[in-house]
Amino acid sequence: MMIVLVDASQSDLVVNILIFMMATFLGIELVRHVSRLLHTPLMALTNAISSVSFVAALIVLAEPTSSDTILVLVTVAVALAFTNIVSGFLLTERILRLFKRRDDTKK
Amino acid sequence: MSDAPIVTQLLYVVAIGFFIMSLKGMSEVKSSRQGNYFGVAGMMTAIVATLIAYEIQRVDLLLVAIVIGVVVGSPIALKVPMTAVPQRTAMSHAFGSLAVALVGTAEFYQRAPNVDPYTVVVLSAEMILGYLTFTGSCIAFCKLQGIIPGKPLIYPGRTVVSLASLGIAIALGIYLALFPGQEFVLPIMAAFALLFGFLLVIAIGGADMPTVIAILNSYAGLSAAALGFVLDNRVLIVAGALDGSSGLVLGLIMSKAMNRSFRNVLFGGVGATTVVSEKATQSGRTVAGYTVEDVATILENARNVVVVPGYGLAVAQAQHVVKELADILQSKDIDVKYGIHPVAGRMPGHMNVLLAEAQVPYDQLWEMDKINSLFPETDVVIVVGANDVTNPAARTRPDSPLFGMPILNVDKAKTVVFIKRSTAPGFSGVDNELFYLPNTMMIFGDAKKVLADMVAVMSKS
Repeated sequence: MMIVLVDASQSDLVVNILIFMMATFLGIELVRHVSRLLHTPLMALTNAISSVSFVAALIVLAEPTSSDTILVLVTVAVALAFTNIVSGFLLTERILRLFKRRDDTKK
Repeated sequence: MSDAPIVTQLLYVVAIGFFIMSLKGMSEVKSSRQGNYFGVAGMMTAIVATLIAYEIQRVDLLLVAIVIGVVVGSPIALKVPMTAVPQRTAMSHAFGSLAVALVGTAEFYQRAPNVDPYTVVVLSAEMILGYLTFTGSCIAFCKLQGIIPGKPLIYPGRTVVSLASLGIAIALGIYLALFPGQEFVLPIMAAFALLFGFLLVIAIGGADMPTVIAILNSYAGLSAAALGFVLDNRVLIVAGALDGSSGLVLGLIMSKAMNRSFRNVLFGGVGATTVVSEKATQSGRTVAGYTVEDVATILENARNVVVVPGYGLAVAQAQHVVKELADILQSKDIDVKYGIHPVAGRMPGHMNVLLAEAQVPYDQLWEMDKINSLFPETDVVIVVGANDVTNPAARTRPDSPLFGMPILNVDKAKTVVFIKRSTAPGFSGVDNELFYLPNTMMIFGDAKKVLADMVAVMSKS
């Protein structure tokens, strides 16, 4: 009988929890194998990636609203998230360019 | 998301794939830049997918915000000195978590009062995490930038006060779930979350900042994932989970390398309490100082040299002089490696970046576990700007606060050259046993000047 009580949105929730759990385990494995040399650029990179919250701000910005408060909050959020996206990827690139092998530096 | 068109949902899956490839790319230097490009590709895919499904009502506001993002973001990324990357990282945690918290707040006002308790619970959790990460990161930024002192602010009952502010925030979140019409509760909840973040980090010392930054990284990711649950957006859930687990792994590596438990770092005060008890051991022993010429003679006769740099090296801006010295040694057919402790620097991996910037080839950078087995066959170790991470007391003296901390076993090398301003103890406040060992040569003075003198003497011979 319990199964009947679970509606569509709740089964979505379970799928989302599953996705979250798998992504967490995957993330732990991936990061454990990241070269120790690269932990600083890794942080810059994950900063940029988690600023995909930009997308969340876009979705809220697409909802019809008459409230100025909401518009201000979301616009500030968009600016903050986009700042992180731009600076995160650019900084990662800048740091990674510094790493050179012995043969490269001799040239 | 379930009502988003199938194209959007599929593109989100593609974006998630790119993000995973991006982290995979960071497993080695060779593929790392490609990894970064995968990250960019994932982000672009996610944005395009969203724009296909949702019609933006206020394109003007969006464009203004994007222009601000580019104008503020690019100079931060391109101009920040490598020594200041930890601060920049704290700042971007602050930006990211505030963005997430603000979107959550907007979403609540959008939906209230007709919103189900489940959504409010997740939204509250997301807002509390977001807001506390924001103030916590701001304080971390200020401590790293030197705007406020790095010393932990310790007062009686601080744990109770901190936990009480978090408890009130959570209680208000639950209240909001039960009575979503009471919109005025939200700012109060946010205020207590902001207060908690402030109290949490203000009580943590500067030496623990690498761990704190990693933990805040994790919180920022988790709050993004929580927002993904609210909006039923899977790309957000995955990206947030990846970021959250990355911060967690880095935080664990850092706290282990510093001989701290997570709890220890979070409730602070470790660095401040040990200073007094160890003062006594310092008196009564004297340390012989050597000259640059003495060291030059030893170096001339060495076959291999390991440099152990600490953050003091960066403070003295001596990375480039170290590289010069290494070049001279290599021209005399002496092998040079660098032994890097995980916490050598102010954030995970920081020292590697600082040395790479000084054009040290990365194949000369050796991590602690690998270099430790080489010390018994090493002729000379040069310790510069590091202290606690070389203290053999961590292995030998169970009564030492450092005991159990993984260290670089430089005392096993034939000769240790230790460049230091004075015999003052390091961050932990513990005297270094290494100074008194017969195979240690102490040179007192500013790291940059001592190294420059060595370069001068060595290049003459």
